[in-house]
Amino acid sequence: MSDGYAIDVRNLSKRFGPKIAVDNISLQVARGEIFGFLGPNGSGKTTTIRMMCGLLNPDGGSGTCLGYDIIRDRELIKRHVGYMTQKFSFWEDLTIRENLDFVARMYDMPNRREAVDEAIQGLGLTDRAVQLAGALSGGWKQRLALAACMLHNPQLLLLDEPTAGVDPAARRDFWEELHRLSALGISVLVSTHYMDEAERCHKLAYIFNGKLLAHGSSREVVASQGLSSWAIHGENLSGLSEALRDQPGVEQTVLFGTALHVSGKDQELLERTLQTAVADRSLRLEKMDTTLEDVFIYLMSRSTPMDGDAS
Amino acid sequence: MMRLFLGFSVSRWWSIILKEFLQLRRDRLTFAMIIGIPIVQLTLFGYAINNDPKHMPTAIISADHSEITRTVIAAMKMSEYFEIIGELPDEEAGRSALAQGRVQFVLNIPPGFTRNVLRGERPALLLEADATDPTATAMALGAVTQIARSVSAKDLTGPLAHLAGGRDPFEVRVHRLYNPEGITRYNIVPGLMGVILTLMMVLMTGLAITRERERGTMENLLAMPVKPIEVMTGKIVPYIAIGLTQATIILLAALLLFRIPFAGSIIMLYCATLLFVAANLTVGITLSSLARNQLQAMQMTMFYFLPNMLLSGFMFPFQGMPQWAQCVGNLLPLTYFNRLIRGIFLKGNGFWDLWPNLWPLMIFTLVVMTIAIRFYRKTLD
Ligand SMILES: Nc1ncnc2c1ncn2[C@@H]1O[C@H](COP(=O)(O)OP(=O)(O)OP(=O)(O)O)[C@@H](O)[C@H]1O
Ligand SMILES: [Mg+2]
Repeated sequence: MSDGYAIDVRNLSKRFGPKIAVDNISLQVARGEIFGFLGPNGSGKTTTIRMMCGLLNPDGGSGTCLGYDIIRDRELIKRHVGYMTQKFSFWEDLTIRENLDFVARMYDMPNRREAVDEAIQGLGLTDRAVQLAGALSGGWKQRLALAACMLHNPQLLLLDEPTAGVDPAARRDFWEELHRLSALGISVLVSTHYMDEAERCHKLAYIFNGKLLAHGSSREVVASQGLSSWAIHGENLSGLSEALRDQPGVEQTVLFGTALHVSGKDQELLERTLQTAVADRSLRLEKMDTTLEDVFIYLMSRSTPMDGDAS
Repeated sequence: MMRLFLGFSVSRWWSIILKEFLQLRRDRLTFAMIIGIPIVQLTLFGYAINNDPKHMPTAIISADHSEITRTVIAAMKMSEYFEIIGELPDEEAGRSALAQGRVQFVLNIPPGFTRNVLRGERPALLLEADATDPTATAMALGAVTQIARSVSAKDLTGPLAHLAGGRDPFEVRVHRLYNPEGITRYNIVPGLMGVILTLMMVLMTGLAITRERERGTMENLLAMPVKPIEVMTGKIVPYIAIGLTQATIILLAALLLFRIPFAGSIIMLYCATLLFVAANLTVGITLSSLARNQLQAMQMTMFYFLPNMLLSGFMFPFQGMPQWAQCVGNLLPLTYFNRLIRGIFLKGNGFWDLWPNLWPLMIFTLVVMTIAIRFYRKTLD
């Protein structure tokens, strides 16, 4: 149990009616690893996580979490895994303390009171502990949920968009906490839409339309697509973006505020196109490292178009 | 008033109407209710409900068999108010049949009845009636006077014609048991206990579980190491307490406010109530497994509640309902509870008199509990 993977699932599939939400996904998360789970809305992240912690029956595939079978050993998985739902799922009509206390009781924690006190202190909510959870702001609810799912010292955390709506300072604290836990050997699978968070993960998986499109460290994911990229700085970039889109060698243009990222597989062809494009204008062309975000946008546009929820 | 309509946009207003219809069309259960409730109500009120209840089960205790007693019995059948279901050996058997609600009437023909008629002594027939529900017996008792007359017309002819003249050849003495003054309240108030408990218990448990699902807290609960049986029973217990509290309030009101006589045992009353509350809680849990949100749970409760109220003998005498309505009624826990509660309140029934209505409640609870456990979703599928 102490060796091997924290999560090891093979060929997981799940369909809802005719819709295939998760299509043959295999993932391995090593112990102590922070694993980022990325993909656009509706790509199947939540569904995959729910299958991992025994909340949904997979239609196909098998796997283990912390060495426990995800179908047969659900009770054990629930005991040792902390799952944070995407939507706030604590009791809004209970106070912060009552919520945490209830969770502690569910896990039969021996030192319940201390654990709850500690969690409330950790949140910095000592003087608001008697407030109803429903009265908290969105970001604070998120932080309460996180504290609650870590209350029983789980060996594996499954966090579904834990930082959605959380302010930057709290996000930074949160990620420092994750790295601290990871150093203690706790494994984390975290889904997110933030690129800066993705960069902070040891490993990444990107899924789209239920299919795993890329995985590995962020550098590996970037390298796997073999894109080279340039950044263009200057005025009227949005017009330029339109103009460049059909040029030879250009496979993708993405506008980032003050810079236009242009990427393509054929480095030389792309460079020639861009040099001529910027030549007669007051634009600055700069070779850059392809970012994770460029790669994800590229991956999304390359695979079969999203067929929506109705299909 | 004018200001209220200032800037009223017909197209905006129309969009709201359209949106409402669109949402209604998608909400199948509401749609079913719009169509279903009137139909159910109409059928039940129109066909099942009978304010002139006929074919009331009647037993005969006969110490005398003759042409005349046969005519008496035939005349009772003819009136359509009485359905003779058999003979009983003695007074005691008759009382117990009445106590258990197996019969509505017992006709007692005393020994030497025929002889006394022929001697012109005007003997009496004793008709004992279970008057718990006055409406169940009123019409039948009204029809009884016809019986003696029909006997004169048929059997007291020829040489016996002198007996038929003038006064009736015998009298029918009616003995109203359990509610001798025929006070409707005595029947309604204990009956209300079951009606109120049905509504409250089914609705509250139904909501308790769908609420978790609707708010998303179910996912959290399922992700924690708590067993379904713990969740289910843990959710039930508070409602058992609430049910018993409500029963106590109703009981106190019945005794102190409405002055309903109480002939039975308080302990039996609470035992029966506990069983009935359990039966309804299992129904609530089952509905909550089927309903996707709180509104649906409420609608399903209404669907369950209507036949319970109309076909259980609460509103209308059970024995007076048509056969199919009685069949439906026999599946409803309130039917049995109504008999139990009236039996305890008015008849002072003991355990063995109650037993015929206790075991169906137990079976019901077990069966529905099995269904509830089967349907309880351990995952989010
Ligand atoms: N209970 C359900 N019934 C039917 N379809 C579902 C259900 N749950 C999810 N789906 C469908 O499965 C697909 C994947 O959904 P999922 O929630 O896993 O996506 P996600 O990657 O978590 O998206 P997001 O980033 O928006 O949270 C979607 O198309 C969704 O509509
Ligand atoms: Mg999701």
